[in-house]
Amino acid sequence: MSRAWLATGAILLLLAAAVVASLATGRVWLTPAELIAGISAPKPNLAWLILTELRLPRAILALMVGATLGLSGAVLQGLLRNPLAEPGLLGVSGGAALGAVLAIYFGLSASFALAVPLLGILGAMLAGALTFAFGRGGTLTLILAGAAVSGLTGAGLSLALNFAPSPYAAYEITTWLLGSLSDRDWRQLGVAAPFIVTGWLALATTMRALDALTLGDAQAESLGIDLARTRFLALAGTALAVGAATSVTGAIGFVGLVAPHLVRPVVGHQPSRILLPSALLGAVLLLAADVATRLIPTANELKLGVLTSLVGTPFFFWLVVRLRRTSP
Amino acid sequence: MIRADGISVRRGGQTILDDVTLALQPGSFVALVGANGAGKSTLLSVLAGLLRPDAGAILFDGTSIADLDRRLLAQRRAYLPQGPRAEWPISVERLVALGLTPQLPAFGGLPATFAERIDQALRQCDLVARRDQPVTTLSGGELGRAMLARALVGDPDVLIADEPLAGLDPRHAIDAIARLRGIADAGKLVIASIHDLTLAARHATHLAALRDGRLVAFGPMAATLTAALVREVFDVAACVSGSGASAYVDFVASPDQD
Repeated sequence: MSRAWLATGAILLLLAAAVVASLATGRVWLTPAELIAGISAPKPNLAWLILTELRLPRAILALMVGATLGLSGAVLQGLLRNPLAEPGLLGVSGGAALGAVLAIYFGLSASFALAVPLLGILGAMLAGALTFAFGRGGTLTLILAGAAVSGLTGAGLSLALNFAPSPYAAYEITTWLLGSLSDRDWRQLGVAAPFIVTGWLALATTMRALDALTLGDAQAESLGIDLARTRFLALAGTALAVGAATSVTGAIGFVGLVAPHLVRPVVGHQPSRILLPSALLGAVLLLAADVATRLIPTANELKLGVLTSLVGTPFFFWLVVRLRRTSP
Repeated sequence: MIRADGISVRRGGQTILDDVTLALQPGSFVALVGANGAGKSTLLSVLAGLLRPDAGAILFDGTSIADLDRRLLAQRRAYLPQGPRAEWPISVERLVALGLTPQLPAFGGLPATFAERIDQALRQCDLVARRDQPVTTLSGGELGRAMLARALVGDPDVLIADEPLAGLDPRHAIDAIARLRGIADAGKLVIASIHDLTLAARHATHLAALRDGRLVAFGPMAATLTAALVREVFDVAACVSGSGASAYVDFVASPDQD
């Protein structure tokens, strides 16, 4: 009990440090003293403008997206009782990416900047609905339906690239898909945040059911858990939160897979206990990765999604090796 | 307490249960026997209210089980499927606490008043020394006891267990079935599918026998368990001797089997 809270407190401290680092780092360095001076000095001043127009929305977005990935990963691993489950598994990330890419493909984003996140969220909803329509029968059918929907959205993305109206459009689509937080402002945050928060609430209502599912489907059902409702809430919550997150930032892999695994050795394996620390750690990981993309000197921008995949893949290998050792 | 009225279950064109009717009273320990595929697990699922029959109804204290609130039902009857296992390495104490799920509010931790019930369930199943051990490291017998404690912690009126003795060595099997009888003696209704007829004859109060989805016998153990019934249910000749604690069922390989 106390150990879990201690760990949560430690992650909160890390989170605070990551937020400060995210506010300070960039093309213009702002030390904490300069940040405070900027806030107290007469406005507008340079530090204040950089802080409120660039850094703050970016930090909040990173925090919300990271928390979404960590939370959704923990819920899905509990729901499917599969250590390799992650938010992209149910096809909603693919749906969000396809919706956003279609907005770019048809040039809607040029005339209306919010077309990308809005169509992305719509795509995530449709993908989630499709997964649920086909996969509500059980755990395995849900995974299979998610794989089918992922395949469908992947084919749609390839098609969009195949028929891209110009090399520039293809380039724009590809770079968007790599995932990034740069040049995101309050408007995008404003579009995504309500969906993300609603998704969090839906995911949080599954806590009791996830604990009961430790005993398997049959016993959980005998304990009064409505499995169909639990699957719906987990999927709807993921579609809302992850869909909205993906439609603003592009695909960001591995955070949702890694965060629950990193907190389990510390807070234990009870699924409901993992949700909050995993969400907080997801936020820390994404903020840290976003800071790293700004610190690592590269000619072109190092995309956030690329970095999380590069760092996350070795972890995946470690997970496979550990599973091979511990599973019977 | 539980009444099954003309239960039929069909799946994929096959009849799994065919017009099963029986009435079960509190204070009895009903051993459900039958060959593999006779429909025992299906009947237990239907009795637990987890599977809706294609025909017939289950009455739980006079109310149709389909109309009962799933949480209220979960508070009153516990169900243990065949070979229950834990998916995460949580502690024995946590696993037992999961049995209180239907009593818990939607959010928040475990109320302090429940700690005593968990202690009691752990004591009842000899698990006090194991309470902080991860359930995935328990032996088969210990895991079975932990699952039983999980089922009993909510103090249900009815316990339905699917093959609770499967995979247990003789000592643990005797221990487990004596425990089930103790629960029935405390005024609860216990229904369990059991393959070991000698153990069933010695410890259960009632016998229900299924053959190809039909209930071929149901009644008090001593009056119901006969060599003829064993032959009818299992297609194997048997001799049944004694009754109560000295009952004994032995199978005889007979050349005239059809």
